[in-house]
Amino acid sequence: MEPIAIISIFVLAVFVGFEVVSKVSSTLHTPLMSGANAIHGVILVGAIIVADHSETNLELGLAVAAIVLATINMVGGFVVTDRMLEMFKGKKK
Amino acid sequence: MSRTLYDLIGLAAGVAFILALKGLSHPKTARRGNLIGAFGATLATVVVFFFVAGPKTGVAHALPLNHLGWILGAMAVGLAVGVPAARKVEMTQMPQLVALFNGVGGGAAALVAIVEYLHLGSGATKAEVIFTVFTVIVGCVSFSGSIITFMKLQELMTTRPVIFPAGRFIIAATLVSVIGVGGWVVAALGTTPLLILAGLSLLFGVLFVLPVGGADVPIVISLLNAFTGLTVAASGYVLDSVLLIIAGTLVGASGTILTRLMAEAMGRSLFGTLFGAFTAKPQDTSGTAEERPVRSGSPDDVAILLNYARRVVIVPGFGLAVAQAQHTVRELADLMISKGIDVAYGIHPVAGRMPGHMNVLLAEANVPYDQLEEMDEINPTFSQTDVAIVIGANDVVNPAAENTPGCPIYGMPILKVANAANVIFLKRSMRPGFAGIENELLYDPKTMLLFGDAKASLTKVVTALKAL
Repeated sequence: MEPIAIISIFVLAVFVGFEVVSKVSSTLHTPLMSGANAIHGVILVGAIIVADHSETNLELGLAVAAIVLATINMVGGFVVTDRMLEMFKGKKK
Repeated sequence: MSRTLYDLIGLAAGVAFILALKGLSHPKTARRGNLIGAFGATLATVVVFFFVAGPKTGVAHALPLNHLGWILGAMAVGLAVGVPAARKVEMTQMPQLVALFNGVGGGAAALVAIVEYLHLGSGATKAEVIFTVFTVIVGCVSFSGSIITFMKLQELMTTRPVIFPAGRFIIAATLVSVIGVGGWVVAALGTTPLLILAGLSLLFGVLFVLPVGGADVPIVISLLNAFTGLTVAASGYVLDSVLLIIAGTLVGASGTILTRLMAEAMGRSLFGTLFGAFTAKPQDTSGTAEERPVRSGSPDDVAILLNYARRVVIVPGFGLAVAQAQHTVRELADLMISKGIDVAYGIHPVAGRMPGHMNVLLAEANVPYDQLEEMDEINPTFSQTDVAIVIGANDVVNPAAENTPGCPIYGMPILKVANAANVIFLKRSMRPGFAGIENELLYDPKTMLLFGDAKASLTKVVTALKAL
């Protein structure tokens, strides 16, 4: 991809990231952090890509470890966030 | 699947993540937001099996992916570990689980970068090498830093700031070494310098988090979370994945803002949180605290005090959650309400171990939402409050935050229970709170202490109050 396209995506995503969470009550800080935490679990996609093209046992071993860790991050992150938010269900007036 | 379709689906997942963060910022849409995020992540993960992507230097091959068995097996292991951990964790221990998940994410990003580095041949551009080295450094810092925060929250090690002689020089020297070795790795591709770099970065992560203590720990988790986001974005550049760039940058940016919001909620400057401890002197924690007289009371004394009160404010803290006393507290509150007493809960934004943690715990015990009042609402009412009951909280009501410059929590907004006519502390012992600071309020003549497990004490108070 063209570097300028990548830089554009990056800069725009920075602003979107700033914008979406600029007003959030402290009650939701923990679930929001946990949800964002789960989102960066998509590094799983990167781990699968490098596992695919790893050529030595060392590379494959490291990639497999990365897949395990990334899966824990992603799936565990979404599940625990859901549990936190479940507590608030129906409690709002 | 064509490259275009692959990228479009990646973009759709990116949009899902934006909607997820947007949803998570509002109470009504929070749960749906999280589900949208999970959907986006699932979509992104499924689609990667149908297109042989990157690296730019790699050679495309036909489907299926190489090492498919290993990939699926590793995902199964991750599921088998992650799901039960997330399902079974006690809500009191949830902050450290989030720290741990963040750490493994950082570790995964660092491992991906290391594999990528081993794989990058002479065809790699300088930019790709620089981004890879960046990911290794920040991923390792996030990993080891998160492990330390996990250990602090789990109380596997001291929760206080760990400050050692010449600490800041050691930290500065480590940082300089990390940057130096990083430059070396960029200049001369080699496995050994990379491993040295990873080791130094892990060390830096540990040193970076050790001096942080008490209420500042969640701020650091949030910051490391943002760091991990940036590593994912950098990986996206190297692996030519728009999705990883979008997702990583979103988390990096929103995580930075969130870190600042959290710091503001606690009245801390971000800079002070991260570097304040570097300059702090080790506190004299031995003190003469234990020898000073305190007024301790019986459950009957407490019940009598409550019986004649018109307004009572309950200030729950982490100790309440540890004792699993949420339901007993509710019983006491209901009993007081039936006696015509005005009852409210004063919730400090960082009561518990993380911002919003206490709201989650009380919601779990079905405490009506309209009885929970935030700090700004409740503080002006303490002067009309007859009794403030502090249950297993300490730092969030410690007047030292207002009148002792230089103490680790100085500047943190507190619940001003000292303005109430009477203060009752339910405590297990005279041990200081998470931040490790003595609380002068415990020695105040209008304070009564009721020692013991919060749940057992509350049950006795309920019984005594019923008898009156």
